[in-house]
Amino acid sequence: MSAADAAIASATQVVSRGYWATVGRRLLRDPVTVTCVAILLLILLAAIFAPYLGLADPYRGSMIRRLRPIGTAGYPFGTDELGRDMLARLIYGGRLSLFVGILPVINAFVIGSIFGIVAGYVGGRINMAIMRTVDVFFAFPSVLLAIAISGALGAGILNSLVSLTIVFIPPITRVAESVTTSVRNLDFVDAARASGAGNFTIIRVHILGNVLGPIFVYATSLISVSMILASGLSFLGLGTKPPEPEWGLMLNTLRTAIYINPWVAALPGAMIFVVSICFNLMSDGLRSAMDVRR
Amino acid sequence: MSAAEALLSVDGLTKHFPVRGGLLNRQVATVHAVDDVSFALRKGETLGIVGESGCGKSTTARLVMRLIEPDGGRIALNGAAVGEGLGVRDLRRRVQMVFQDSYASLNPRLTVEDTIAFGPRVQGASAEAAREKARNLLAKVGLDPALFVRRYPHELSGGQRQRVNIARALALDPEILILDEAVSALDKSIEAQVLNLLLDLKAQLGLTYIFISHDLNVVQYISDRVMVMYLGQVVEIGSVEAIYGAARHPYTRALLSAMPSMDPDRRTKEAPLAGDPPNPIDPPPGCRFRPRCAFAEDVCAGTGLKLAALGSADHRVACHMSQATSGHSRATKEISGHG
Repeated sequence: MSAADAAIASATQVVSRGYWATVGRRLLRDPVTVTCVAILLLILLAAIFAPYLGLADPYRGSMIRRLRPIGTAGYPFGTDELGRDMLARLIYGGRLSLFVGILPVINAFVIGSIFGIVAGYVGGRINMAIMRTVDVFFAFPSVLLAIAISGALGAGILNSLVSLTIVFIPPITRVAESVTTSVRNLDFVDAARASGAGNFTIIRVHILGNVLGPIFVYATSLISVSMILASGLSFLGLGTKPPEPEWGLMLNTLRTAIYINPWVAALPGAMIFVVSICFNLMSDGLRSAMDVRR
Repeated sequence: MSAAEALLSVDGLTKHFPVRGGLLNRQVATVHAVDDVSFALRKGETLGIVGESGCGKSTTARLVMRLIEPDGGRIALNGAAVGEGLGVRDLRRRVQMVFQDSYASLNPRLTVEDTIAFGPRVQGASAEAAREKARNLLAKVGLDPALFVRRYPHELSGGQRQRVNIARALALDPEILILDEAVSALDKSIEAQVLNLLLDLKAQLGLTYIFISHDLNVVQYISDRVMVMYLGQVVEIGSVEAIYGAARHPYTRALLSAMPSMDPDRRTKEAPLAGDPPNPIDPPPGCRFRPRCAFAEDVCAGTGLKLAALGSADHRVACHMSQATSGHSRATKEISGHG
């Protein structure tokens, strides 16, 4: 092999990396996405390792140190209406808030993808049955639906998880169905059928790889909605119960202090805002990084 | 030719698509995509199928592959009909297809090697054997396996992608290859290379081709016999010499006259096609070409028009003018004039 051939061969080696490696490289070159992922990781890790951070007890209040402002010695983020350390409560609150934000979306991602892929791939009457059922859920605003289901099931974290999952299944199903329908009509699926492959093999090899990416991106953008809805449920008393730290619930209980100490009262809302913005920007970044054809 | 000596025989193949609309999704019309199409394919030949867009060429191909379920008709390989001694899976292994859109027909998430090896894997070959086969086939279609096995479709040019598609179709050792506009989307220079590759492969592997195209020059170059379709029906079928030299159906003649010539002295002589473009939704009874035909007469509206043999049994045409007893005023004159 001549030197030129070797150069061409090594050049092709560089070009031919796997799809996900390409996506990863493109993500790393996007400063916004990298920043968002860093912030999310920081909050997530802080929430997971909260007990080891040497924080104050998030449940121990003090009647004489209520509603201290931000920057008070010993209480960098001040104290809440019962004199509990806000920093500790915000970090511990991330545990529940992130949990109820992410878990329903993961559940809905799995269930909605199955429904959507089946509807899109099989088509016909099954598509009709699944998609019209989904349309029924679309008739309700998502907040109202979450409140209605939560209210019917009763208050509690588990029930709010269930209700949020139900709320997110229809949109994910619809996205999965439309992506699957478009992929299913491409010639390579026909070519796979022509080589004698069964439906299961075709879905596994040819559909999933082309469909899961876009559904996943869409699902990531739902995490912020889920967190806000979960906070809303807690705010209404349908989710977490006091004294459990959770951002939505904290926002609710600090509401009365908004004129006395507005900055402290706004902190839980700021956390919700930052996390949902980061998830949204991250899913935008993922979407453009996964658009390989450009 | 009897059905027995044909490698593939297609009889009365029909597919109607319902057009739904209005309240309650009722069927309001029917698209006669393919209507009573019959032909036979001999081993080792290339049958060209030509016609305008929407005349049912591609639907015919997909029906033969059973990618679309036909409404009626019989497809037989070596005399064994699908459903009576021949499974659809078997049919699909022995008949393979190359699609027009080289990009859409390759899974963007699979490497070239995985794409080609998929068929053999599905048919039960070991991973190692399938990979080996993919590499051999890549070499056979003129792509260096060392350079191309790990590549993805978006890293290939149109010509390279179509070569991969051909390799994928050959991976199951088919007897018949259906080329559905397989070279139409390529640049002229690349098209010529791929056409020559197809001719080489055919000689090397003893393949039989169904070559679907709207490019009459290419069809003339590659085909042994040509079938002309109009609105889902076969209007004329015959050897490439008979069709290009002594076409009988007014539609075939109009098509050929529209074929651009390389010689500026040979200008178009016959009138180009007039009238509405064909619409396969609820076509008129009788001859479907009638509304655009310069020779149409009342008799042409009559039903029961069939493909009829001319002088040689191989050249058949569905036109009232070519049937002496049809009652068309030009019927006898046309025959004596050309015969």
